[in-house]
Amino acid sequence: MIDFGFGLSRSSAVRLDEVDLSLYRKLEALEPGVRTCMACGSCTSTCTAGPWSGMSVRKVILNLQRGKNVSDMLQACMLCGKCTMVCPRGINTRHLILSLCRIYDEKK
Amino acid sequence: MDSRNILIIGGGVAGMEAAKQLYRLGYRPVIVEQSDHLGGHVAGWFKLFPDMLSASDLISQMEEGLDGVDVYLKTRVASMNRLKDGFSVVLSNGTGLLCQAVLIASGFNLFDASRKEEYGYGVYDHVITNADLEQWFRTGADPRVPEEPSTIAFVHCVGSRDLKAGNPQCSKVCCMTAIKQAIEMKEKFPQAEVWCFYMDLRLFGKKYEDFYINAQRDYGVHFVRGRVSEVSEDIDGKVMLKAEDTLAGTQVKLKTDLLVLMAGMLCNEDTSSLAAMVRASVDSDGFLRSRDNIYRINESSRPGVFFAGACTGTKTVPETVAEARAAALDIHNYLSGND
Repeated sequence: MIDFGFGLSRSSAVRLDEVDLSLYRKLEALEPGVRTCMACGSCTSTCTAGPWSGMSVRKVILNLQRGKNVSDMLQACMLCGKCTMVCPRGINTRHLILSLCRIYDEKK
Repeated sequence: MDSRNILIIGGGVAGMEAAKQLYRLGYRPVIVEQSDHLGGHVAGWFKLFPDMLSASDLISQMEEGLDGVDVYLKTRVASMNRLKDGFSVVLSNGTGLLCQAVLIASGFNLFDASRKEEYGYGVYDHVITNADLEQWFRTGADPRVPEEPSTIAFVHCVGSRDLKAGNPQCSKVCCMTAIKQAIEMKEKFPQAEVWCFYMDLRLFGKKYEDFYINAQRDYGVHFVRGRVSEVSEDIDGKVMLKAEDTLAGTQVKLKTDLLVLMAGMLCNEDTSSLAAMVRASVDSDGFLRSRDNIYRINESSRPGVFFAGACTGTKTVPETVAEARAAALDIHNYLSGND
C-alpha cells in the first residue's frame, strides 16, 4: 500500500445493534425503574451538582443505553435525592446512582 | 315507518354506525361502499388499542346492527344533484335514488409509503408498513417478515408532519399503533430488540400512556428520539437505517431484520370530487371542511349534507363511532325540522 499520509477516520455514529449493554442490563436488574425514563430532564434541571459538574441523570441513563462509560459523571453526585423527588415516572434515581456506583465498584 | 332515504357514502365504521342509528330512528339509510366489504380500514386490522379488541369481532358486531339496511358493495356514487328538498343520486351500478340527506363517511387513505423513497418501501425485502404488519398478524403470510427476527425497528411519522410529502398534519393514531405493534412483536419474539424512532410521542388518549410505560418497563422496547433519515440494504438483505439520536446529539445507525413504517392518514382521494357534487367545501388540509371544528364538525356548509369520521380529519375508531352517532342525530334533527 502506498502511504498517502492520510487514512480513514472511524465513524462517530453509534451502531445501536452493536452497543455493549452489559452495564445497563446489570443496572436494570438492580433498579428496573431505569427502563421507564422518558428523558424529560427534570432530574437534570433540579440537580444541585449539575451546573458546576455537568452531572445529569438523564445523560447517565441515555449514555448507559448507548454503551458509554458514565463513571466520571457519577463522581459529582452528592446523593441529595432531589432528582428522585421530581421524577414524574417515580424512578428511584438515588437508588439508581447508588446501584450504578456499586456495579462500577465490583468491576474494579 | 319513515320512508325517507339517507345516502351514506362509505361503509367503514362511521358509515356502518350511522346507518345503524338512522335505521333505528326509522329512516332508510343506504350504504354505498366502493370496496367488496364493510368495515373499511378497520377490517384490515388485527387488534385495536387500548383494549386489544379484535377488529373482526368489532366489525361483525357492527354488521349485526345493519339487518334491514340496504348496502351496495363495489359501488360508487356516479352523480348527485340537489333537488328542492333532497338529492337525486345515481350510483355506478345504474341505480337511481332520491335521498333527503347525504352523509359523507368516505374516510381516509393510508399514505403510500413508497413515496418516501429514502425508506425503500417496495424496494428492500424487509421494509413493511403498519397496515402490512396488521395483515401479517391476521394471516401470518408475508415473506418480508423474517421467521425469527432479532431486531425490529419502527419509524414514526411516515408521511405525517411532512410538508414535503404534502401532509403537514399529525396522523394522531400512529404513535399509539407503533407502541401497540412493538408490544405485539415483543410478545411473539421475546428475544428480539425492538426500537421505535420518534420525533414526539403523542399519546393523548385513554390508557395510551399506560401502553408507553408497559412497552418500556415490561417489554424493554427502546425509544430513540430522532427521525430516520435514510435506509439502505446490506449484502445479507438486512436493513441499515440512519438517524440522529437527538437527546444525545449523535448520529446512530441500526442494522435490523425488519423495518416497519408507520404510514399516516391522508384524506380520501375521492373526497374532493364527492364534495364538488354537493358543493361542500374542502379545507386547507385536504379534508372536508366542517361548519366549524368545535361545535358543528358533522355539518357541512350546505343543508342536508353531513360528515362523519376521518373524512374531516384524522380520527381514532372511538372518535369515529361517536361522530357517526352524532351525525345520525344531526340528520334526524334536520329532517324533523328541529334545527
